[in-house]
Amino acid sequence: MTLLLFLEQVLNGLQFGVMLFLMAAGLTLVFGVMGLINLAHGSLYMIGAFAAAATAAATGSFLLGLAAALAAAAAAGAIVEVAVIRRLYPRDHLDQVLATFALILIFSEGTRWIFGSFPLFLDTPPWLSGPVTLPGGIQYPLYRLALIGVGLAVAAGLFLLIARTRLGIQIRAGESDREMIAALGIDISRLYTLVFALGAALAGLAGALVGAIQSVQVGMGEPVLILAFVVIVIGGIGSIKGALVGAILVGLTDTLGGVLLPLLFGVFLDPSAAMSIGSALASMSIYILMAAVLVVKPQGLFG
Amino acid sequence: MRRETLLNAAIALGLLAVPLWAWSAGEPFTITLATRAAILALAGVGLNLALGLGGLVSLGHAAFFGVGGYAMGILAHHAQTFAPLDLGLFTVAGTKSMPVIWLTAMVFSALAALAIGALSLRTSGVYFIMITLAFGQMFYYFAISWPAYGGEDGLSIWVRNGFPGLNTLDPIQFFAICYVLLMAALVLSAVIARSPFGLALNAARQVPQRVETVGIPVYRVRLVAFVISGTITGLAGALFADLNRFVSPSMFSWQLSGELIVFIILGGTARLFGPVAGACLFVALEHWLGGLSDYWHIYLGALLLGVVLFARGGLIGTLAGREVAHD
Repeated sequence: MTLLLFLEQVLNGLQFGVMLFLMAAGLTLVFGVMGLINLAHGSLYMIGAFAAAATAAATGSFLLGLAAALAAAAAAGAIVEVAVIRRLYPRDHLDQVLATFALILIFSEGTRWIFGSFPLFLDTPPWLSGPVTLPGGIQYPLYRLALIGVGLAVAAGLFLLIARTRLGIQIRAGESDREMIAALGIDISRLYTLVFALGAALAGLAGALVGAIQSVQVGMGEPVLILAFVVIVIGGIGSIKGALVGAILVGLTDTLGGVLLPLLFGVFLDPSAAMSIGSALASMSIYILMAAVLVVKPQGLFG
Repeated sequence: MRRETLLNAAIALGLLAVPLWAWSAGEPFTITLATRAAILALAGVGLNLALGLGGLVSLGHAAFFGVGGYAMGILAHHAQTFAPLDLGLFTVAGTKSMPVIWLTAMVFSALAALAIGALSLRTSGVYFIMITLAFGQMFYYFAISWPAYGGEDGLSIWVRNGFPGLNTLDPIQFFAICYVLLMAALVLSAVIARSPFGLALNAARQVPQRVETVGIPVYRVRLVAFVISGTITGLAGALFADLNRFVSPSMFSWQLSGELIVFIILGGTARLFGPVAGACLFVALEHWLGGLSDYWHIYLGALLLGVVLFARGGLIGTLAGREVAHD
């Protein structure tokens, strides 16, 4: 394999990784601040994608679609938090798993009811289409490059938000002692709704951005949700930095494993056997990574 | 002795009476529904051992269900194509005999549970939930990308496997097999719950530090419970594959892991018959609501949300009262 092809796969892995980060950041914030495990986070991703696809189809504007995705996912997150999630904070994890599993059923079937079973399509805007030539002569799709840029910019913004703003201070205080910040006069239930809506908006953004390179369909959120769990387990629960490192590790392992393992087995096996064994192992590679991290550091890299 | 015991007896008799009535009335489809409920209940009884008694919220039990299913699928596939299974050093002939298939399914799901449990039990709480979910998904993707046994399309088995002395093609006889195995698993669960091992497991759920202090290795107790739990679920997987005469990667899907937990909660957490009541209710709802609307999952979701938020004892807790609710 040539070096150029390898670098292109590294970029693909990076792009996958930053999108996983958008999902994992919301999950880890919600867990860190409220102690809640939210299986329905994948549904918010799906809502973002559907809102973007429907709005872009109606108006023809990709940016309006993105705005709609952010608004719809944040609104859905806030409504769900007020109506259901709020009652789950004092409950044990089993009740949280069950209630959010029920929310997945409701969201998925509701979306299927409104939009039907056929996938929708979201086109990349013309001003982001086509390849660009990177230094070193790599031809790479501009849209995917933009995804990496947006992902990294959101990550930087999130770090600034947590480290430098008043809301960030409240979030960090909520992680360490919720009674104390309530006693200091912070409206804790408003803070929780805000954090949940923020996480939902990030998931919706990821769904809309990825929706333009994949098909938008019911059930698209859950595979990503499970990968985001792997990211959080690797990075450590509650840690934004861990989520970023874990997401990029998972993105690179998944992408490079899919390309390199069949080649590796091709050295000493015949091509068809190498392809089947290699791709079967590649599908397991991120879970093997997770198992390895668990053996060395059960609380995750930054937990 | 208590209302719950009477209720348990009523559930056990009900699950027996419905297919017997259907048999006399000549409605084989109802027998198939009851068989499906019995098999799913068996899988739930397995999970309940880890989740109800041990407090180990595993969201990856579909892995063991699927391993059991594929054990059946692979052995029966080699038997029906008359091609021995080549394991490198030696070859194994396929088989259509249920006892052999069950044993294989249980051994391999126990091994899978040992590997997953040994890694996942190093953590607890929400980590454990996420990790078991992730390992379950690993099996799913492996089954999809492994082309030798059908990959994404799955494997069809032409004729149901045989059991010595019985005609398994007769729905009521196959139901009888599943029902007996379900009852055996329930008896085993009851025995385990009262044994010193079960008491230690239950105590480890409530205060692990104290259990550790009196000299009981919590990790090992939980691991053994997890392996027994996975083994029972694996047996249910083999039966489920036999019921449908088909195995596919969907047996590994995370939705199935979620549904197994749903059975337990619908029925009542940590109740011996909770998964049985839950699985029967689930199959009945699936059949009844599924006939009313294509979007029946919305109603299931709303019902589930209602049970979690407002009726915390599940079906058995609501009917038998709260006096024996867990801790």
